[in-house]
Amino acid sequence: MKTEEIFQNLKDKFGDSVIELNTSMIEPYILVNPLEVDKISLYLRDNELLQFNNLMVLSGVDDANGKKNADDIIEGGTLSVYYHLESTILNHIVVLKVSTPRENPEVASVEPIWKSSDWHEREAYDMFGIIFLNHPDLRRILMPYDWEGGYPLRKDYKSPEFYQGMKVNY
Amino acid sequence: MAVKTEEMVLNMGPHHPSTHGVLRLELNIEGELIMKVTPHIGYLHRCFEKHAEAMTYPQVVPYTDRMDYLAAMGNEFGYAVAVEKLLGIEVPERVNYIRVIMAELQRIASHLVAIGTYAVDIGAFTPLLFCFRDREMILSLFEMTCGARMLYNYIWVGGVSHDLHPDFIRKTQEFIPYFRPKIKELNDLLTGNQIFIERTANVGILPAETAINYGISGPSLRGSGLKWDIRKNDPYANYNKFDFDIPVGKGLMGTLGDSWDRYYVRVLEMEESCKIIEQALASIPEGDVTSAIPKRVKPPVGQLYSRIENPRGELGYFIISNGTTSPFRVKVKGPSFVNLEVLNELCKGHLIADVIAILGSIDIVLGEVDR
Amino acid sequence: MGLLDKQFEDSNIVITTLDDLLNWSRLSSVWQLHFGLACCAIEMMAASASHYDFDRFGVIPRPSPRQADIIIISGTVTLKMGIRIKRLFEQMANPKYIISMGSCSNCGGPYWQHGYSVLKGIDRVIPVDVYVPGCPPRPEALLEGLLKLREKIRNESLAKKKL
Repeated sequence: MKTEEIFQNLKDKFGDSVIELNTSMIEPYILVNPLEVDKISLYLRDNELLQFNNLMVLSGVDDANGKKNADDIIEGGTLSVYYHLESTILNHIVVLKVSTPRENPEVASVEPIWKSSDWHEREAYDMFGIIFLNHPDLRRILMPYDWEGGYPLRKDYKSPEFYQGMKVNY
Repeated sequence: MAVKTEEMVLNMGPHHPSTHGVLRLELNIEGELIMKVTPHIGYLHRCFEKHAEAMTYPQVVPYTDRMDYLAAMGNEFGYAVAVEKLLGIEVPERVNYIRVIMAELQRIASHLVAIGTYAVDIGAFTPLLFCFRDREMILSLFEMTCGARMLYNYIWVGGVSHDLHPDFIRKTQEFIPYFRPKIKELNDLLTGNQIFIERTANVGILPAETAINYGISGPSLRGSGLKWDIRKNDPYANYNKFDFDIPVGKGLMGTLGDSWDRYYVRVLEMEESCKIIEQALASIPEGDVTSAIPKRVKPPVGQLYSRIENPRGELGYFIISNGTTSPFRVKVKGPSFVNLEVLNELCKGHLIADVIAILGSIDIVLGEVDR
Repeated sequence: MGLLDKQFEDSNIVITTLDDLLNWSRLSSVWQLHFGLACCAIEMMAASASHYDFDRFGVIPRPSPRQADIIIISGTVTLKMGIRIKRLFEQMANPKYIISMGSCSNCGGPYWQHGYSVLKGIDRVIPVDVYVPGCPPRPEALLEGLLKLREKIRNESLAKKKL
């Protein structure tokens, strides 16, 4: 199925939670509401026409579309998450995107639906600070557990001087 | 009368001979029975994604090498294919043939290390030395082409950096008939060995449905019986011109989807790679390999996900471009990162010694888990 | 027998200094700790395999730090791992030596500029004896580093040197 047909199918079922279809960015994607993405994912996995049984990758992105203030910290703008789904049975692919405000990033977790999203969501939390609601064990995964320095992959990240007595920068 | 037991936490710390790198496993055990395994990763986090945002597109290639350092040609291949799709350029036919030959030679080298270290974990030392001896021959072929043994910086965006050495085709054509009997030697030594079968058959059974839900890919997925390979299902470069088969596990020595099946799929894949290399060497065309390399890589605004079949599974690059000469965001889906999550499911109900056998059969590389 | 056979007129006496004897016995059997972090570890394994063969220098891998004389730090050291390496180093018994193999453990390597979680050189945490450059260094380079370490051990002395 093409992305337009899948978009039509979702729009009929969920109405306003499915916001828009964007085809201008090389690969088309469907923008959905961040707090409803778990219900939409369950429908995508279980419906016979769609059957998306494999979550390929889940990536957090810092859109950097806010304004930089006097301390070089970005204010306003959004953080986004992209979901790439695939069906090994019907052989088609769809891309979902959610956007949340930078000051309070909250997204519903899809961990009960596809178990592979467990560590991907922990990594998005570790690198960007996106909170996934109803995740069973949301804590840092790649940085040390007691890292106080912030969220490294954000565009306005600054390294701390020392970590446990070791100098961090060159 | 039942023996009173208590749950205990045992730490297989980051420094351990059999964890294939710096991985920490926290085992909850009752006696010797495993209740739960929690992997702790991040001991090799090298900030690849931050570096990719600071460098230009061609400068990222040496950093992609160092993620899965046992299959460096595959990493570069995946990145080059992704950026070429973003730019919308086609590479010359000779470049495609060279890339396929290098990727398949790298697949054989990577599987040799995987099998050798798996045998050492189980307790057999000789296969490691045999596998490293054969791998040295492949590394000397790579050194002839690009000067480096392990981390190459060879496959660039739009082509490859040097053309093949005049002796390369002859030496590779001598290597294949030398290597085929070595696979038979490995089968005699290890595959049919009764001790090896006792330790790996019926251990760590992975059903196909669970595997797809956990996002497993590569030989670990094919060991459970599912015929899924990106080279056939979603072809890239010119893989659709070659005639090869996809080996799957059949449960020959135990249950379908156990550790022996995953191991045997790797042995059979080495044979299939030999077939592809022979066909490619026989029909490689002439041409200029550097003609399509762009002077400045500046893709249009947009995002793209593209994937290839690495020896460990499906390697995917998700690249977002904002119209400048540096990527805005590069997210790498490393197959070992995704495959490692299923360790808890597989180890339940087994003994401590089986954890090593299961971990070795999933075949992880920590550089890719932590990026 | 052989070299020394029938070379002396007196009864068989070999004269040497205690320093020479101790140093010769130490450098002929440096046992290394089985420790590999990243890509350089694969070249270290290739150096121990049959093509380049570490064993002829008396180097065998031991699993426990208390039984080892030398650690070859091969690969990138992250901040998380630096703390653990310090603990391993403190567990080893004297005399102990460190070889830092590869650019990443010498000075941070290719990750020196934007690596927020990389320790820029293992010598910020433990003292290093020999640095082997390369990314990754060839097995022959690692063998050269080991020979330099043997030179260093040969020049040690039990007596304090007057400055």
